[in-house]
Amino acid sequence: MDENENKKKIMFLMRKAPHGTIYSYEGLETVLIMAAFEQDLSMAFVGDGVFVLVKDQDTKGIGIKGFIKTYSALEDYGVEKFYVDKKSMEERGLSPDDFAIPVQVVEADEIAKHMEEQDACIPY
Amino acid sequence: MKIAILIHEGPYNHQASDTAYNFIMSALNRGHHIEGIFFYHDGVLNVTSQAEPPQDDRNIPKRWSDLGVEHGIDIIACIAASKRRGIKDGAIMKGTRISGLGQLTNITIAADRLVTFG
Repeated sequence: MDENENKKKIMFLMRKAPHGTIYSYEGLETVLIMAAFEQDLSMAFVGDGVFVLVKDQDTKGIGIKGFIKTYSALEDYGVEKFYVDKKSMEERGLSPDDFAIPVQVVEADEIAKHMEEQDACIPY
Repeated sequence: MKIAILIHEGPYNHQASDTAYNFIMSALNRGHHIEGIFFYHDGVLNVTSQAEPPQDDRNIPKRWSDLGVEHGIDIIACIAASKRRGIKDGAIMKGTRISGLGQLTNITIAADRLVTFG
């Protein structure tokens, strides 16, 4: 098999707030590893998952290591496709200016279209 | 069809592990190939050899072990997630192993479908 056959389109679906559970943090670890394997990756943020990208998060008060800075480094790993569900964002009073990285704010049906194109979708 | 399995939740606390097991048994009975089973988050607790569930309850870690031994399915617990949760070599079920997220990547690439539970 050549390299192209091994390159899969994989989307990570981030559904949960960054803190309170470990899903989002450990999920990001998967993104980093799969990026090292040079897969065609994208990330979609829906529901409370949109909070993951909020800039200037200060986690000192909860005694947990923050990981928003890792998102700023993802571009260096070749991860550049970030989709934020418009409705989820607006329902939570957020705008693109609140996010630590540039994102594409899209309607849910557009995220669904991207999902259909994937070889695998991993929900966190 | 070649199917890769990803399980996010621990045994007993959540149904994901049971549903995954039933799904896998059905898939095998229908002639599908299970490319590998990867445990992540609290899911790594599924492979502990230290569990002693009551006699009248299902033994979830043993069930995974039997699947690994009898069907030769590659059953992997994530090493980073395992370290956090006290799962280590020497304390895991026969027929299972601990390895890195690269293994999740490999079974995802090799499979036609990745099915996530939890």
